Parts: sequence; structure tokens; C-alpha cells
Amino acid sequence: MAIKGQVWKFGDSVSTDAIISGKYKFKTIDLDELAKHAMETLSPDFARLVKRGDIIVAGENFGCGSSREQAPLVLRQLGVGAIVAKSFARIFYRNSFNVGLPVVECRELPDRTNQGDILEVDLRKGSILNLTTGEAFRAKPVPEFLLQMLEDGGLVEQYKKYGEFRWSMSSR
Amino acid sequence: MGKTITEKILGRASGRDVSPGDLIVSPIDACMAHDGTAPLAIRAFREMGAKKVWDPSRIALVIDHIAPSSSEGTSNLHVLMRQFATDHGIKLFDVGEGICHQIMPEKGYVLPGRVIVGADSHTCTYGAFGAFSTGIGSTELAAVMVSGKLWFRVPESIRCLVNGRMPVGVLPKDVILHILGLIGADGATYKTVEFSGDAVRGMSVSGRMTLCNMVVEMGAKNGIVEPDEKVREFLRGRTQAEGEYLKSDPDAEYSKVFEVSAEGLEPMVACPSSVDNVRPVREVEGIEVNQVFLGSCTNGRLEDLIEAAKILKGRKVKEGVRMLVIPASREVYLEAMKMGLLQILAEAGCSIYGPGCGPCPGGHLGVLGQGEVCVSTSNRNFVGRMGSKESQIYLVSPLTAAASAVTGELTDPRKFVEV
Repeated sequence: MAIKGQVWKFGDSVSTDAIISGKYKFKTIDLDELAKHAMETLSPDFARLVKRGDIIVAGENFGCGSSREQAPLVLRQLGVGAIVAKSFARIFYRNSFNVGLPVVECRELPDRTNQGDILEVDLRKGSILNLTTGEAFRAKPVPEFLLQMLEDGGLVEQYKKYGEFRWSMSSR
Repeated sequence: MGKTITEKILGRASGRDVSPGDLIVSPIDACMAHDGTAPLAIRAFREMGAKKVWDPSRIALVIDHIAPSSSEGTSNLHVLMRQFATDHGIKLFDVGEGICHQIMPEKGYVLPGRVIVGADSHTCTYGAFGAFSTGIGSTELAAVMVSGKLWFRVPESIRCLVNGRMPVGVLPKDVILHILGLIGADGATYKTVEFSGDAVRGMSVSGRMTLCNMVVEMGAKNGIVEPDEKVREFLRGRTQAEGEYLKSDPDAEYSKVFEVSAEGLEPMVACPSSVDNVRPVREVEGIEVNQVFLGSCTNGRLEDLIEAAKILKGRKVKEGVRMLVIPASREVYLEAMKMGLLQILAEAGCSIYGPGCGPCPGGHLGVLGQGEVCVSTSNRNFVGRMGSKESQIYLVSPLTAAASAVTGELTDPRKFVEV
């Protein structure tokens, strides 16, 4: 499961309010409509310019704040291939797997990667390669059942495929 | 090795001995979604091809975030929720009933020892009742509505000991703001924050709700307080069921322990635009204020209105300042009415609105314009949270909010309350 794309760089504590503001998300669940406003306070051109497969790189606590699933959904809708951050807020982290958006924790990479670099992320191998600088990084391991959920396309798709929630398989 | 309350709850629920880091699947005792999250949950439920919810009596839907609706789009989402509730026999708390996190305990969905999830990050509030409760996303909420179960990683616990007598003018909000400043906005990510100490035991259930409400602002999974007689008293008459009143073992393990001396605390404020940008109010006094908001799941309860009324009684909100008061629930509204608080607040020049989330999530009832400053008793001050990205939010206690409304600038309330 390899993802290759160009880097969009953000800082620490990108909140779900910043990813998609409350003023839009209460009015519609049309993701194309909501996605037009993704990240607009941080990067007004992001929604217009981001390309399918592009990778967000950020600092600590990405996705903090509200539990709104619209946040990973609008990023997925815009084609974001993966998010690599030093750390994630836990609800955003879970939501991302549930909607099929790959998220990867790596403490070293964000400080050593620039806007526009090309990254290649391999979730199964847990490796991230910065093709621009040639530097390789290790991602924090992800539980097997979450990787499986991503590969199945998220929680809804997985349930449709198996007719059950596969997380019970993970529990000892 | 001893166990914390959270480990005991998750262990009992999952039917095995658990330690931090374990992945478990737990039955869910109650779940909730509101108008910001339920529409996506309903869509996911339908996409899963589900026909029936697992147990309608354990599900609550609440219309509180934009209540009443301010646009046709929102109204259509509310219609979707009402229809889903009717189709599945689920109780829906409609416009004016109040904020989900106030309704869940008031209406008997929350009991000590229970496992509760909600599609809202502030679901951690119910830790004040000794329940394990945490926020989840809409798709997971759909999965819970289908199966009644969810996976969790058993969290490590951070212990926050607050001992000593709280000084006059200092409220539970000041305590949690102080702790937020210490721990930081990501200092408790994935963890439990367990509050204890005599100052916490001395707090009302309402004050403990304020503490637990804001643990998500440190990244925590849940907050928890050992349940006691005050919890029993609150729940009396609200539910027939008995909860489990669990305690952490003396030899339970904590990944960190913070000790706070209540005596040394003073009124605190989280300055723009980060919840952990916390300072004593006296250091930032004088900032001009356009709007003051008293309400939210953090501080919209009866005792919060009582505190604000102590300052506003016989005084006036400064001309040019708008003070919005929004009780957290119909029960709070009615009690405040019976006690004469609403009259005191209205005479002071406050505008009182029907129960709900108010301007906190930025959708209606007090959206901020360019350059405006709001002093708020709510829990988030992110850029653009309440409107313009060029507006600013200062998070404070009900006393500081009231004092600031009177002077028109951010004000330490101790000059208004008797020491």
C-alpha cells in the first residue's frame, strides 16, 4: 500500500475547526461543497490547488478539537493521499482510519521535509521515503486491524464486505 | 498491581483483566449524537445497509449545535434526524431541550461505572459521574448503533491532585485552565486524566463536569472523578438503575502525577488562539471586549449562572458590550427562572436565549465579526471558532465573564467579590 505525492506543510495543533469550519459543516453533508473550504484559514489556496495523492505533513496534535468526521472526509474528498504528523489528536486519528484516509505518525520527518518535496509512504512496511532529499524514515507501527480497515476502504466498506466489524478479531 | 477507575470500568465491560495499551472490544451502555455529527452517522448507518439499531433505548439524538436552525440547509439536516429517530424509536431531544452533555446526565443516560460514547469530543464530560465516556466520530457512532460495541485502547492515566481550599473568586474553570496550562494542548493525548484531592471532592458535580469537559483540550481520551454521594444525589429520581461506584486502588499506576495547590490559584484565562495559552487574568486585564458569552457544556449550568449573578446583581453590562446568557438545558433554565436569576441577569442587560450550544461552535447566535473580541465561558478559542478568523476568544470562568461584561474589558473578578 504505497502512496506517492507532493508535500503540503502545516504546523502544530491544526484543529478540526481549521480543517473545516463549523460555519459550513452544520449546513450540509455534501462533501464536494464542504471540501471547497478545507484548510481555508491556514492556506486559502489549498482546496483549489491540492492534487490527488498529495501528502500533508504537519507537527504535533494534528486534528485536535472537535470530533467532526467532516475533517478527514473533506481531505479525503480532495484526494489527499496521506497525512504524516509528529502526533495526532485521537478522535481525528480514529476517524481517519474509519473513512479510509491513511495517517502516519513520524516524529522525525516533519522537521526534515519541506513544502513541495515528494514523499513515498508505505503503510505496510512502515517506511517513508523523501524522494527529494533521499532521506528515509520509520513510521510508528499501526495495529494490523487498522491497516486492514484502510485496505478495505474504511469502516463502512469493510462492514459491507464482511457483514461484521472486524475489530473484534484484533482483541486478545 | 492495582487498577485505576478507568481500567476497572474497561476491564469489567470487556470481561477480562486489562492494562494500559491493551486493545479491547467493549459493549456500550449508551451513545449520543447531535446535529453536527448525527447526519453523517445516519448516512453511514444506511450505507452499511443496516436496517435496525441495536437498542433504541440506549441511543440519544440531540439538536443543540444550531438550535433553532438558522438556515434551510441546517433545517434539512434536522429533518433527517427527526425522521431517523421516529423510524427507529430513538428518543430525540429537540430544539430548546439543551446541550447534549447536560441532557445525557439529566435524563439518566449516565451512570457511574458505565461505558458511554458520543459523536462529540466533549463526551468526556461524564467522567464527572465516574463513567468512562469519550468522543468518537460519526462512522463509529453508526457502528455502535448497529452493534452496540466498540474497540478501545486501554489508556494510561495521568493523576491530577488538587488539594487545599479554593480562594474566593476562583472557580473550577480556573482550576482546569491552570491544569491545561501545565499539561499543554497535547500533554494527555490518548490518556485518562483522573482528578482527585480534597478540592475536587469539595466541588459540586457541576464543577467536576467543568473539569472533565476540558480534558479533551489536553488531548485526553477521558477524564474521571471518583463517584461519591454527590453523584448519587444528582442521579436520584433520574434513573432506576444503580451504577457502580468504583475507586482507583492505592497502588494503581499513573504515567504522571500533577499536584496543584488550590490555595495558590487565581482567576485564569486561555488567551487566543490556543486553549493552553493560559495566564492569570490580572496579567492581561484591560483588553476591550465586544461580546461576553455565559453558557456552553463547560459553564452553562445553574451554579455558573449563580456565580455570574453575584456580580451582575444590581450592576449593568457596560454599554457597547453584548452579554449572551444561554442556560445548558431546560432544567437549568427553569431553575434559574424560579430562583430569579434570569431576572437579575436580564435587568443587568444580558440577553437570555433558549438552551443550546449558542455561539460556541460558530454557527449562529453571536457569530463574531472582523476584529471582535469575545470573553467566553466555553472551551475552545481556535482561530475563527466563533466566526471571523480575525476575531479573538478569551476563555474564562463565569465570574470573570460577568466582571468583564460590567467593565467592558477583561477583568479579574476578585475586585467584585468579597474576599
